[in-house]
Amino acid sequence: MTTTAVHRTTAVAARATELSKVYGQGETQVVALDRVTVDFPQGEFTAIMGPSGSGKSTLMHCVAGLDSFSSGSVRIGETELGTLKDKQLTQLRRDKIGFIFQAFNLLPTLSALENITLPMDIAGRKPDAAWLQKVIDMVGLSDRLGHRPTELSGGQQQRVAVARALASQPEIIFGDEPTGNLDSRSGAEVLGFLRNSVRELGQTVVMVTHDPVAASYADRVLFLADGAVVDQMMHPTADGVLDRMKAFDAKGRTS
Amino acid sequence: MFRTAVRNVLAHKARLLMTVLAVMLGVAFVSGTLVFTDTLGNAFRNQSTKNYDRVAVAVTTWAERGDEETPAVDEATLAKIRALDGVAEATGRVSGFAGVADPDGKLIGNGWSNTGSNFSPGAGGKDAQYAFTEGTGPVKAGQVALDKETARKGEYRVGDPVRVATNGPVKEYTLSGVFTTEDGAVNAGGSLVLFDTEVAQRLYLRPGQFTDVTVTAAAGASDQRLLDAVKPLLPEAAEARTGAALAAEEAEQTENGLKNLNQLLLAFAAIALFVGVFLIANTFTMLVAQRTKELALMRAVGASRRQVKWAVLSEAGVVGLIASVIGLLLGVGLATGLRSAMGAFGGKIPAGPLVVSPTAVVSAFAVGILITVFAAWLPARRAAKIPPVAAMSSVHAVASTKSLVLRNSVGGVLTLLGSAAIVLGSSQGADGKVVIGVGAFFALTGVIVLIPLLSRPVIALVRPLLRKLFGVSGKLAAQNAVRNPRRTGATASALAIGLTLVTGISVLGVTLGQAVDKTTTDNIRADYMVSMASGDSLDESALAALRKADGVTAASPQRATWLTLGEAGVSASAVTPGEVEKVFALKTVSGSLSSLKDGEMAVDRKTAASHGWKTGDSVPVTFLDDKKETLKVGALYEGNEFLSPVLVSEKVIAPHESLAEIREVWLTMDGGRSAANEQALVDALGDNPAMSIMDRQGIRDMFGGFVNTAMNIMYGLLAMALVIAVLGVVNTLAMSVFERQQEIGMLRAIGLDRRRVKRMIRLEAVVISLFGAVVGVALGMFLGWAIGEALSSSVPEYALVIPWGRIALFLALAGLVGVLASLWPARSGAKLNMLTAIKTE
Repeated sequence: MTTTAVHRTTAVAARATELSKVYGQGETQVVALDRVTVDFPQGEFTAIMGPSGSGKSTLMHCVAGLDSFSSGSVRIGETELGTLKDKQLTQLRRDKIGFIFQAFNLLPTLSALENITLPMDIAGRKPDAAWLQKVIDMVGLSDRLGHRPTELSGGQQQRVAVARALASQPEIIFGDEPTGNLDSRSGAEVLGFLRNSVRELGQTVVMVTHDPVAASYADRVLFLADGAVVDQMMHPTADGVLDRMKAFDAKGRTS
Repeated sequence: MFRTAVRNVLAHKARLLMTVLAVMLGVAFVSGTLVFTDTLGNAFRNQSTKNYDRVAVAVTTWAERGDEETPAVDEATLAKIRALDGVAEATGRVSGFAGVADPDGKLIGNGWSNTGSNFSPGAGGKDAQYAFTEGTGPVKAGQVALDKETARKGEYRVGDPVRVATNGPVKEYTLSGVFTTEDGAVNAGGSLVLFDTEVAQRLYLRPGQFTDVTVTAAAGASDQRLLDAVKPLLPEAAEARTGAALAAEEAEQTENGLKNLNQLLLAFAAIALFVGVFLIANTFTMLVAQRTKELALMRAVGASRRQVKWAVLSEAGVVGLIASVIGLLLGVGLATGLRSAMGAFGGKIPAGPLVVSPTAVVSAFAVGILITVFAAWLPARRAAKIPPVAAMSSVHAVASTKSLVLRNSVGGVLTLLGSAAIVLGSSQGADGKVVIGVGAFFALTGVIVLIPLLSRPVIALVRPLLRKLFGVSGKLAAQNAVRNPRRTGATASALAIGLTLVTGISVLGVTLGQAVDKTTTDNIRADYMVSMASGDSLDESALAALRKADGVTAASPQRATWLTLGEAGVSASAVTPGEVEKVFALKTVSGSLSSLKDGEMAVDRKTAASHGWKTGDSVPVTFLDDKKETLKVGALYEGNEFLSPVLVSEKVIAPHESLAEIREVWLTMDGGRSAANEQALVDALGDNPAMSIMDRQGIRDMFGGFVNTAMNIMYGLLAMALVIAVLGVVNTLAMSVFERQQEIGMLRAIGLDRRRVKRMIRLEAVVISLFGAVVGVALGMFLGWAIGEALSSSVPEYALVIPWGRIALFLALAGLVGVLASLWPARSGAKLNMLTAIKTE
């Protein structure tokens, strides 16, 4: 059931080439990313996994234009990030990237609808009404639009965040442990929406997670260890991912 | 416990910075005031003691030139005093006004501190009171000596001709010497001219007579015994006291004067500290909210509510202590600075050591620590109420969402009661002041209590505008501003208090100033008013000279006198008939002012009404010499602020009072006010520096100038409260930025650029500041109106003036305050590291 998605497109939404990120200097030098080269094809749902300190979050932050990198290159669509100034980076994130955070990160002063349209508000654009309606229907928030985040459950808040990421029709959506703060049912819902957005709307999604079940919603799982991509798995299942992770753990312990 | 408190304070250094600054400024104000007044008091006390150090007995007779009835001390009596046992020396003095012209012909000094006296050499040819630094004392008719400072200002050297004006015409003297003296008036910046004794007697009293005598004692003689010996020799009305008694009295007067200064300054310090309370309370509320988990944990492991409360309060105590130490030092510095500043402005203060009394030190610490602990009381109580279970929940510390219902009801009632009292007081005339004061206190308190409630609708009003002008930054700013109504309220309150007072003062000041303006223009037709700079009466020769001056078309003196009409004593103005209506705008109600010429009198309408006099009535009059006559009421006129309520011709008074004091001479001139006309008057008066020639603007400034001065002083004193209010805005914004790090990080991540993050924070500051300012301005105008209404009966030409220009300026300044206050928080907000900000704890 997943084959079509992978082969449907050939274009690349984001690409990291020989990407390195080094903290500190000399003796205290820490290599967070070590010449990572990876493509995120359009219309694909990618999960990035790996143990703590493997560099999975750093990879996402660098590709998403949230963090600077030491060497290599990152492209979002046709844009090379390395040469951009802060202002241009900000604009790029605003127009081309959607974000979903672990801690929802909604503005408590805004209603659900206002939160969803916030990126367009910032850009000074009018949201595409039909698209907006479609997104809202998909995440099932039609009757909650006037509510403030504090009046919503955790699952509902994260659905607002998903809708916010989708509403501006970005080229790529990054999720940082989007189900980390949710119970398993709400988590499954949110992951379902993300998968649907890829299947039905042709969205590109990259998600960092440590949960094999969450990863199993993706089309592809990248495994990172010590700042390098060590493996990948197409059409993952939760058990398969778990087994692969266990193998890394065992390897880590013996080495 | 204390150690924990110190550690907590150190851990939150940055967040407590504004609190420390606010308390520090308040403490500096208080201790500065106390040190300054103590130092001043000490210096003046020393001065008094020094002045009377050598004086055993001082005699005053109150005799004056022109007053033949009050006996003075003559040469013979002085000789008798000198001959008394135990008297080392007895010096006779006469004194009065003496103005010195500078080379440009202008008066040196301000008129009321220009004195002249006699040089009274003792056996050695020296006057012990004066130490000559150049030349010698005046011993001939054409000589004078000047105090050093005056000689310096006039650039006079020994041998130079010096023009000196006394109450008669100005005369030229030769400078015989320059001296220094311990005389208090000279030390305070006044000028002193010494004449030869005979000259001084002729100028100020009568030949051969003295108004004052100073007696010094020979070694071993007791002051009291001398006093008892001197007393029987003196004329009846004279007063004699020992030097010690005089010194004590002078010290007491100084003390009282300083006490008033002290109270005024401390009142403004109290306002500043009161404003600071809001800032402190905000800070501790935030610190408690941020440490909810930590405090709950303390409770969970067994700390009692009391202990938690005391933990917070002792932290406040430590903050207060630190701020007090710095504030005290700053206060001492402030007092030193103030003393030299006063010196620089010509108000010379006798030298003396800086006095830091134990009271000042204790007050500094008491004020600093108590204010801080008091302001932290509510937050501490809230901290104690945190349930232990809060330690387990992962919920963020949410701003207290406790219902504001109770608060709003209390605030509403207070505001209504206060406003009602203010309105009531405003209708009660001068008696309403206390009612207004109490009402103002309640209304201000009520509004402060209500401010969180007010913040939502008021700020909601400007939201569409902000949204339209500044897009998403404006929208978010308006929403953030009302996010924590209590905090916004406290911040805005601080500004509101300051602006209430500033606006109230401005409304009153401008209204009164306008009233003075209108009084001047409505009552006066004269182009010029001539009077003595010293406030003494004018010499007859001056009047004669002015009448003859080139271009004078009408001139009338105003001679002040006192008539007993029937039973009632009334002050009256003797004027020149036919001229008086040309120099004053007199509205005749009935009869005609030309009747003044026929020896009839004109009476102010209100005065006439209260006595039941009508035109044509005859009223029995007793003059100052007890002679009786009957005067006919020839005219009634509408009251004039510059004249007494009864007008008579000079000729009516002349037979009874040879020297009815000429207070002023009023003149109209051909061509009105002009430099040439003014010069003609100066020439007619013989270029006399002691004469003040004022045009209408000058008159207005003389009567209304104090209003401006008072207004400026109050603005200056309120500045401290406003500075603290600004610190409060900085504090609130810094706190908000700190609490919303994660949010700001998210906004940055989804595409809000740094510039707009800054703008968002800046606009929030502007919104809060303007909100406080608007509340303050509204309340201030209301208060200004109320006090004005209460005063209106006693202020002629009263009409409320709202100084819109000034108020617009205040609001603009409040907006600027917001921008300035947000500089640092906005920068730190924009510089936030996105990744650390987004990361969950």
